[in-house]
Amino acid sequence: MSDETTTGLNSRKILMWVFLGSDCMFFASLIGTYLIYKGMGASHPGPSDVFDIPTTSVSTFVLLMSSMSMVFAYAYLVRDNIKAFRIWMVSTIIMGATFLGFQIFEFSEFYFHDHLSPQTNLFGTTFYALTGTHGIHVTIGVVWLGIIFYSSLFRNSVSSKTNLDLDLAALYWHFVDIVWIVIFAVVYLFGTFRGFPS
Amino acid sequence: MTTIPLKLPFKINLSRPVNPTGIWDWITTTDHKKIGVLYGVTAFLMFITGGIEALLIRTQLAGPEMKIIAPEVYNQLFTMHATTMIFLGVMPLSAAFFNYIIPLQIGARDVAFPRLNAFSYWTFLFGALIMKSSWFLGGSPNAGWFGYAPITTTTFNAGHGIDFWVVGLQVLGVASLAASFNFIVTIINMRAPGMSFMRLPLFTWMTFITAILLVLAFPVITVALIELMLDRTFDFNFFNTSAGANPLLWQHLFWIFGHPEVYILILPAMGIVSEILPTFSKKPIFGYAAMVLAAAFIAFMGWLVWSHHMFTTGLGPIANSVFTITTMLIAVPTGVKMFNWIGTMWGGNIEFNTPTLFSVGFLSMFLIGGISGVMHSFSASDYQQQDTYFIVAHLHYVLFGGAIFGIFGGIYYWFPKITGRMYDEKMGKLNFWLMFIGQNLTFFPMHFIGMQGMPRRIFTYDANMGWAFWNGVETFSAYVIAFGVLFFMINMLKSWGNGPKAGDDPWDGRTLEWSISSPPPVYNFLDVPKVEALDDFWVKKQKGITKIKSKTKPKDIHLPQASYWPMLVALGLTIAAYGIIYNLVVCGLGIAMVLITVCAWSFEPVNEPDAH
Amino acid sequence: MKKIISLSIVFLLIVSCGKDLPMSTFDTYGPIAEEQAFIFSIIFWAGMVVLVAVEAAIIYVYFKYRRRKNSNRKAAQFHGNTKLEILWTILPVVFLAIVSVPALSAIWNFATMPENPAVVVNVKGHQYWFEFQYPDLHVVTANELHIPVGKQVLINLDSNNVLHSFWIPKIAGKTDIIPNQTNQMWIQADHTGLYYGQCAEFCGESHALMRFRVIVDTDEDFAAWIDHQKTEAYVPNDPLEKEGYTIFMSPKAGCGGCHMIHGSKKAKGRIGPNLTHVGSRQHLAAGIMENTQDNLRQWIKDPGKIKPGNIMASQGAVYMDPNKALTDSEVIALASYLQSLK
Ligand code: HEA
Ligand code: HEA
Ligand code: HEC
Ligand code: CUA
Ligand SMILES: [Cu+2]
Repeated sequence: MSDETTTGLNSRKILMWVFLGSDCMFFASLIGTYLIYKGMGASHPGPSDVFDIPTTSVSTFVLLMSSMSMVFAYAYLVRDNIKAFRIWMVSTIIMGATFLGFQIFEFSEFYFHDHLSPQTNLFGTTFYALTGTHGIHVTIGVVWLGIIFYSSLFRNSVSSKTNLDLDLAALYWHFVDIVWIVIFAVVYLFGTFRGFPS
Repeated sequence: MTTIPLKLPFKINLSRPVNPTGIWDWITTTDHKKIGVLYGVTAFLMFITGGIEALLIRTQLAGPEMKIIAPEVYNQLFTMHATTMIFLGVMPLSAAFFNYIIPLQIGARDVAFPRLNAFSYWTFLFGALIMKSSWFLGGSPNAGWFGYAPITTTTFNAGHGIDFWVVGLQVLGVASLAASFNFIVTIINMRAPGMSFMRLPLFTWMTFITAILLVLAFPVITVALIELMLDRTFDFNFFNTSAGANPLLWQHLFWIFGHPEVYILILPAMGIVSEILPTFSKKPIFGYAAMVLAAAFIAFMGWLVWSHHMFTTGLGPIANSVFTITTMLIAVPTGVKMFNWIGTMWGGNIEFNTPTLFSVGFLSMFLIGGISGVMHSFSASDYQQQDTYFIVAHLHYVLFGGAIFGIFGGIYYWFPKITGRMYDEKMGKLNFWLMFIGQNLTFFPMHFIGMQGMPRRIFTYDANMGWAFWNGVETFSAYVIAFGVLFFMINMLKSWGNGPKAGDDPWDGRTLEWSISSPPPVYNFLDVPKVEALDDFWVKKQKGITKIKSKTKPKDIHLPQASYWPMLVALGLTIAAYGIIYNLVVCGLGIAMVLITVCAWSFEPVNEPDAH
Repeated sequence: MKKIISLSIVFLLIVSCGKDLPMSTFDTYGPIAEEQAFIFSIIFWAGMVVLVAVEAAIIYVYFKYRRRKNSNRKAAQFHGNTKLEILWTILPVVFLAIVSVPALSAIWNFATMPENPAVVVNVKGHQYWFEFQYPDLHVVTANELHIPVGKQVLINLDSNNVLHSFWIPKIAGKTDIIPNQTNQMWIQADHTGLYYGQCAEFCGESHALMRFRVIVDTDEDFAAWIDHQKTEAYVPNDPLEKEGYTIFMSPKAGCGGCHMIHGSKKAKGRIGPNLTHVGSRQHLAAGIMENTQDNLRQWIKDPGKIKPGNIMASQGAVYMDPNKALTDSEVIALASYLQSLK
């Protein structure tokens, strides 16, 4: 079959966009669930008991920055500057992993210190399900970027001509990042600010 | 297909199967036509099992206070009947047409992602087997096809039945999603030169819209199912009412998916009818642009009406009024389609054969179902109809008289293309009339007994209720339908191998699939066609342009090669699914298998130009 | 095809006229069911007009323009007609706008709860029976709802298990019973008599057998009924009834663990229906059979056979443990005791 496509766009890229559209609905349903259950059931431990906004702000910032470094990595790949590409890749991966580290820390803190488990109350149930799903998305992203980075090390097979792989991974990464911003606002900020109805 | 630059740092032999034969050919195939046939045959067998479940339901209801089927089994029967018909019957039957017909209609050699396509099929097959295996593994799901919480939670439903339902539907969801991704991309990106969106055949358009609906609707039910699964397997609280959960959460999530889902079921059938009617009226479709717009509007409105399934749950008068209005509005674009079909036939020279019988049957039956739908939309009076047989009547008119009639019409219509043989017209007509009469005598009286107060989902009823007569008629007529289906099966089996040769273009068709030989060659089109108009093939025939001599040699055409991995990934998913029901370690193993096989899939060598 | 369809329409008309069936929604005895039937008749006739017109058009074109043998008529080639298409987009909109006016106003009628209801009833849905509490009148009963004729009754619906739905076809359309959400509805019956009710939301194995009755009394009868319900349970003198009483209260039979008998110290259970005046009810086990000695005995002997999956059979010790099973004479004694609880 030929490489020509009707729109001129690569099919995998369209696939990625369609997938992200679908994933949007996935997160929308989870966030919807969280919002519907907000303030229902046993109230303690609740959002204001467990959240530590400064810490989570740091991890949010790290994830945001990883998106920026992703942009740099892509820009250098397009210019065939593989060395700079690798540096920015590594930094993206490290920041992604840092975010995950924060999340693991946060979960264990909530679990052991605040005694909040998914079984405790509706907040625990919806909180862990939503942020956990996001965490799985980030994990997949980190592994994906890792594979691209890895193959760029050994084979020198990543170049501007084949930037589509990175392009797709980057799209995914930015998407996951944006979802986190929504989650951070809806779950963390709205959950603790006094002005918002709980 | 673009090359995949990633290479493994170690050497591993991931060679593709080369020219497999026999069963291996079917297992490893990535040819959209073979996958289409697999889809069709599997889904039809599932339709039969769902039909047998329906016959058992009907047998139990034949008279008052019958004791043929135990209550618990009855509850499993109607749950499995509906789940089977919707998720294992109508949806994959539509997918069979997508697979077979879409690439042919848009002038493509295959779908955008042939291996993903194979993966959809295997995942569907295994999902269906998971679901159906529950009959042999201690009991099927028993909470109805929309499985309202909290009766699906372990507190009220400790057995494994619901677990089968939960994981089975998730696996089937993966199959549907993968297929829809594929079709959206295929329709956007694999169209022949000149095949602009407003030149797409209507069946392709309906598929496109259906796939978009699916891609947006399935994540919603997936979330609901995951939540229920977490509840059942890990004691989460999503639907645990003693922790304060609100059971309406499930209903909202389910119907936000569920209403778009009913359009997912009907739009492909509408697409089929929109192909059959112009072809046999020898006329272009009436109001092509309006047909497309109406479908898009239906698809959009489909998202704004879900609470019409929840009129009696106490959402309040404002919500009920809003959803009454939005629901009524859907009658408008659907009416446009209905009138345009009539306009298509108007002034035509309509052939009186099995496909048109089924199409006109579709119009007249779907109309009845549509109008009873509008009756439900009046929330004030729906308080009396909700959860009665009046609803059962509505849903079977749109689903059986609508979707199934459309699909049967489509099978007859494309049968000569797919097999190269002609079906038996006499038997086809007999099939139609038995199904048509049977369907009306089965489902029309349900309107009466519904208004006379017969609730749905009851395994028995009292003699003094006055429902016995019509129930007896319905049961008898359900068997008439079964006979109709039986004639369909005989016709197919007989004609597949032995029917008279059909020729490439037996119907004097309008769309590209009729321009190639029957059955189509593996590569579909020797030369990718250049499209200059809507109904290009027909227009060219009118101008006297028929076959152009081609310089391309079949062996120069690169075709997607066979692959083992799609089936193996699907198998991994299935193991993981059973693992969730029985043993989480097994589930882990299944997930590991998925990961490994997905990697193998992506590192599989791509088509080498000269590897033949 | 034409014939079938016109016949079907005739049938529907026949059915909507013949309304004597016990659960017919056309045979209304209260303002709500009446209004609902009225709304339905609007959309029904409107729908019929559309149905007949469009169905006739479909059949007409199919037959009129069918291909005839030995005719070489050519099909007309046209692609559409904008004016016509606009017309048949607008017409349904106008049509629906007109019929929706009464429909929407009716929604608000049902949803506005009466300010001074004559009676308030809290309905609790259980797996597979209904509990009726009259909070202001301090009465608790099951499966037979008494209401005074011609008065507005406010119903609060609640469940602590699964979903159910409260439906009296001749008096009012259904409202769902949902855990953690108290739904309200109001009903009014304009004629005394006995009406059928049914649980209309699937709630488990014996959902089909979750029924109830509504008994509409005159004001005097209702007051008398309430007074009677408030009295303590009858204490038997007859030896057989006495024996039944003893068995009922004994820990071995364990009936009192689930059933309440007002006035007794031992029977204080709240899992099953209140049996204080069970003998005065016309039906047993959520309206599935008449309250006769024989039926009562069968029920006590093997409730799981009559109502599969019900809690009395699945959790009552005498039914789970064959060693504790009731003997026939015990069953007879129990039945005659319960029947004496008028
Ligand atoms: C293929 C599937 C399909 C389709 C296409 C439809 C189409 C419609 N459905 Fe249906 N529906 C179901 C499948 C479907 N439904 C199922 C399975 C259920 C039950 C679920 C369950 O509880 O198990 C259900 C239940 C259901 C309910 C819930 C009832 C209840 O439980 O209380 C309602 C309520 O409004 C409804 C309404 C409608 C409407 C308004 C349409 C409209 O789209 C119909 C529009 C079409 C027409 C109106 C005909 C053509 C139009 C004209 C000729 C124009 C002129 C017409 C007028 C002006 C009226 N449906
Ligand atoms: C596409 C969807 C679809 C289809 C095609 C059908 C088809 C049929 N349905 Fe179904 N049905 C639903 C979707 C569908 N249904 C849904 C969604 C529900 C709601 C469930 C719920 O409440 O959760 C429902 C519920 C439902 C009920 C109500 C159950 C209840 O509430 O208690 C009934 C009762 O009569 C029924 C009957 C039938 C019959 C007789 C057919 C027939 O048309 C079937 C025709 C097919 C056959 C008869 C097969 C032919 C078989 C052979 C040729 C082989 C012959 C071999 C032997 C006899 C051994 N259906
Ligand atoms: C585990 C709890 C439990 C025990 C123990 C129990 N019951 Fe019941 N009983 C129920 C429930 C629940 C129902 C309602 C069943 C239904 O209609 O679905 C019921 C219904 C009844 C009814 C019908 C009431 C009506 O309003 O129609 C009678 C009579 C009855 N029980 C008698 C008895 C007797 C006698 C015993 C002792 C031998 C007994 N029950 C022990 C739970 C119990
Ligand atoms: Cu209670 Cu059905
Ligand atoms: Cu709907």
